[in-house]
Amino acid sequence: MATHLSAAQARPKHKRVLPGLGLSLGTSLLFISLIMLLPMTGLIMQSVDMGWDEYWYVITNERVVASYKVTLWAAFFASIFNGLFGLLLAWVLVRYEFPGRRVLDALVDLPFALPTAVAGITLATLYSQNGWYGDLLASLGIKVAYTPVGIILAMAFTSIPFVVRTVQPVLEELSPEEEEAGMTLGASDWAVFRRVIFPALWPALMTGIALSFTRSLGEFGAVIFIAGNMPYVSEITSLMIFVSLQEFDFPAASAIASVVLMASLVLLFAINVWQARYLRRLHGR
Amino acid sequence: MSNRSGQAHQLRVGDRPLIKYTLIGITLLLTILLLVVPLISIFQQALVEGVGHYFASLLEGDTLHAIGLTLFVALLTVPINLVFGVMLAWSVTRFEFPGRKLLMTLMDIPFAVSPVVAGLLYLLLYGNNGWIGSWLYDQDIQLMFAWPGIVMVTVFVTCPFVARELIPLMQQQGREDEEAAVILGASGWQLFRRVTLPNIKWALIYGVILTNARAVGEFGAVSVVSGNIRGETNTLPLHVQLQYEDYQAAAAFASASLLALIALITLLFKAYIEWRQEKLMHHESDQEKQVAK
Repeated sequence: MATHLSAAQARPKHKRVLPGLGLSLGTSLLFISLIMLLPMTGLIMQSVDMGWDEYWYVITNERVVASYKVTLWAAFFASIFNGLFGLLLAWVLVRYEFPGRRVLDALVDLPFALPTAVAGITLATLYSQNGWYGDLLASLGIKVAYTPVGIILAMAFTSIPFVVRTVQPVLEELSPEEEEAGMTLGASDWAVFRRVIFPALWPALMTGIALSFTRSLGEFGAVIFIAGNMPYVSEITSLMIFVSLQEFDFPAASAIASVVLMASLVLLFAINVWQARYLRRLHGR
Repeated sequence: MSNRSGQAHQLRVGDRPLIKYTLIGITLLLTILLLVVPLISIFQQALVEGVGHYFASLLEGDTLHAIGLTLFVALLTVPINLVFGVMLAWSVTRFEFPGRKLLMTLMDIPFAVSPVVAGLLYLLLYGNNGWIGSWLYDQDIQLMFAWPGIVMVTVFVTCPFVARELIPLMQQQGREDEEAAVILGASGWQLFRRVTLPNIKWALIYGVILTNARAVGEFGAVSVVSGNIRGETNTLPLHVQLQYEDYQAAAAFASASLLALIALITLLFKAYIEWRQEKLMHHESDQEKQVAK
């Protein structure tokens, strides 16, 4: 795949004058092999050791399957929320000048910079019954902390920046001609947005949502404090791995982890291939 | 930058005041509720039992040890990932080779992998039952449940950040300056120090600061390999968890407030770099206008 792409995009033959290919590529490859690829061998060996029957038994265990469902649904809702909120944030940041815009822009990155455990205890405290929000919501009869809604909230919090930061640059480079033509012809704001702007934005928006989803699937620190971790109800898959480890059940932890790892690697490669495609379409015209 | 104010003003989508102020209003409200209030509540909770209690809990022995260990881990992690990030960015932006795209995808693995899984990968390989770990055990070397393991997983989790900041910038700048320097006879090191480094300085510093923030705050991966030994292998985020689960909420938030402070400094620094870049760009375009006159 990768070789195919670079061959297709080959620039006019360019004599290599810059030094350091051997050193920089060699170091990078060595590092990636040692840090990322080598550790995977342990997991593969451990899973192979188990034998298929036991492996299948562990990964289809009822409680584990319930945790897949909780994790997938929560990540789904969190990334949909972030698609909407992220699009709104990106739009407001790019299109409007207002006092505090720079502060808002900086704040968007807070969830990346703030340690997940800190986010976790903060959200759990805010939304618990004595917390500022929990108190208010309780009087409306809504319970967030220690329910699946809390999981969605924590996942959404930690992945807010993804959609904003993928949509923002595309929105900045959008040329105004078509948009202004539409507006001059008297189309409504919404019609022009839907017909002209949204088609240009949606690949970036989808990428952002997919990144947000991937991150949410793996989120641990922010979630465990607010989730309540009730079996079958609010246990996420990362926690199942953690619990197996605490019981020194390495085979079970590895089996569940292999499922999570495969899912995230497939998502990662899919996002990258999709991004390369739409970039090529964008520049290939 | 985004508002082309110099041109004759034509109406664009969402320019009508009603729409504009509604959208700004909703965004600000949501941001305050979802980001600002939680941030403030960290410090409020930390100080809920008074300033005296706040400092007393920070100066407690186990907390001090956790702070020290966390800084030590970051101090080892950041230089390793700095070197790797620069090397990787240099190789993928300055050369074409088969597998370049694949390499850039592999670089993103730590972003996609759950931190708990990352910790487990290291535990399985270097733990006493792993194929490297059992050999190390015979040599009497213990990596897991000790600081070397914490450093290793932190390196894994934070390794893409420097490269991620550098690659878009270096791609955009192109290789002309550097090629000219080589033709003029610069050595590899001179080339990097005199030509490349000044161009990428700010992105590099931000990459380092972000790596530091993530290294200091890593939780999931570290909690798998640390063994949570109080006063020994407890980093600050793990200490926050311990205190929180011990019903010492104020102390937990006091420790958390230090981590939040590092996050705030990171954001402040990023805002400063962006502000600086915008000013630089305005300056350049002003100069161009004057030349045109």
